[in-house]
Amino acid sequence: MRLYDVDLSSRLLLGTAQYPSPLVLTDAIAAAGCGVITVSLRRETANGGANGFWPLLQATGARILPNTAGCHSAQEAITTAQMAREVFGTNWIKLEVIGNADTLQPDPFALVEAARVLCADGFAVFPYTTEDLIVAERLLDAGCRVLMPWGAPIGSGRGLRHVDALNAMRAHFPSVPLIIDAGIGAPSQAAQAMEMGFDAVLLNTAVAKAGDPVAMGRAFGQAIAAGRAAFEAGLMPPRDMAVPSTPVLGMADLGLGGLR
Amino acid sequence: MITILGAGVAGLCAATVLAERGLSVEVVDSGPEGAGASWLAGGMLAPFVEAESAPPEVARLGATAAEWWAARVPGVVRHGTLVVAPARDRAELDRFATRTTGYARIGADRIAELEPALAGRFANALLYEAEAHLDPRVALQALADGLRQRRVAIRYDTHLAPDQANIDCRGIAARDTLLGLRAVRGEMLLLHCPNVTLTRPIRLLHPRFPVYVVPREGGRFMVGATMVESDAVGPVTLRSASELMSAAFALHPGFAEAAIVEMGSGLRPAFADNVPRLTQAAGRWHLNGLYRHGFLTAPALAKQLADEIDLAPQEAAFAH
Repeated sequence: MRLYDVDLSSRLLLGTAQYPSPLVLTDAIAAAGCGVITVSLRRETANGGANGFWPLLQATGARILPNTAGCHSAQEAITTAQMAREVFGTNWIKLEVIGNADTLQPDPFALVEAARVLCADGFAVFPYTTEDLIVAERLLDAGCRVLMPWGAPIGSGRGLRHVDALNAMRAHFPSVPLIIDAGIGAPSQAAQAMEMGFDAVLLNTAVAKAGDPVAMGRAFGQAIAAGRAAFEAGLMPPRDMAVPSTPVLGMADLGLGGLR
Repeated sequence: MITILGAGVAGLCAATVLAERGLSVEVVDSGPEGAGASWLAGGMLAPFVEAESAPPEVARLGATAAEWWAARVPGVVRHGTLVVAPARDRAELDRFATRTTGYARIGADRIAELEPALAGRFANALLYEAEAHLDPRVALQALADGLRQRRVAIRYDTHLAPDQANIDCRGIAARDTLLGLRAVRGEMLLLHCPNVTLTRPIRLLHPRFPVYVVPREGGRFMVGATMVESDAVGPVTLRSASELMSAAFALHPGFAEAAIVEMGSGLRPAFADNVPRLTQAAGRWHLNGLYRHGFLTAPALAKQLADEIDLAPQEAAFAH
């Protein structure tokens, strides 16, 4: 998978919040084989962030995708992105502009506005968006080269709520890397997204809040690899009628008579 | 003479256990009394509830904490812990139950019996009957008084080079020696709200702002605490304050009338696995990484320390 001219071997991106401890987090990253981790600047690094968490994340070897989590306006997100570039030394930014505090859904208008400013400023923007095609086009116009549509509201674990709309988005943007971001609760849901042809999946709570986050990280890594392999292999089309899978040729002649 | 650096919960527990075993100790702290992270703690002795996110080692260390404290300080209340969730977050309660043991599921009638102030507010709760709580400030002062009665000197506002001490209990300040130690910022509120009466710590499960309210003497309540991966030492942020206040208000609307007596922020010392431990480094013992489990685990760690020192002759125990 290639995102902003960077080749990545894993199609799983993991968030780093809410784990029982940093040790469990880093073990989960390793077990999942995850190559990109998101870090929220607002929370994790208030006023410099030399608290000791950051070196633990760096030691995982995963690429850092800073996140403007919790921003409610374009200006707030832009400022946070600029701070993140200084703190983390990367021009990658997951752009999240929240439109509603209860549903945490993206504000598409502010998102496009912030994306335009940040892309012009040299950022590689990963916008957290809906499955709306026109918003997606505007984000591409703004300079984004990756889109991250939601599966379901953040932290809800509901899986892909609008499968038809997501299929349409995949079909509409065949060559843009599309990453399902948010709402994934189970490995089967991640596998489904991958079977549908999405390029990657970004999730956090489903692993962080699992009974055993390390084992769940491994399960997601496997599910995403399986889903991608299935997509590449080509899924059979669904049929309305039953089709026997046992060949008729060579069926045993039991010699009971009557048929001949 | 054994010199202990740090007069927080770790240092005072270590001094108490060592003094009780007849050893000659002193405690030195670079700050004034009541300036460290221990002063801001919740004071919940909740090994079962903490097991939701803490490794089993923490529950094991904390298993006898309530007895230890009750034998030494006033105000240890053994009414258990009540865990509740707003109706729409009921799944959080089920999730919490699957991660913990030592609870009874109770309904609205029993909740009303235990905590009349919460009558009609929650349909379900988890009651962890074996747990306890204390007021950290009362407890630390009582330990200090007990030490002075044993003629143990506690010197505040006194600077001493760490390598002059035998036992290092400085919390996050020991990062200069313990490289794996990190800071987890916590923020809390102290409310005065005589119109609400609670008799045990209440944990409110909320997917975004899990919070606890611990009753103190005199109509006061401690509301805590945020967990931020940061070593920022500044005052409580508006965001954190509003989260804590919203959660308190969601628990009981009577908190709307509360006076905010204090807002505090401090840095919890934690290792990467969030498990407290006794270690040796730079020629001295370290009792550190107590994270959010200071009052729960300090007595057991102090006993471990005393056992180590008991096993060795005085000179050998401190010659590393």
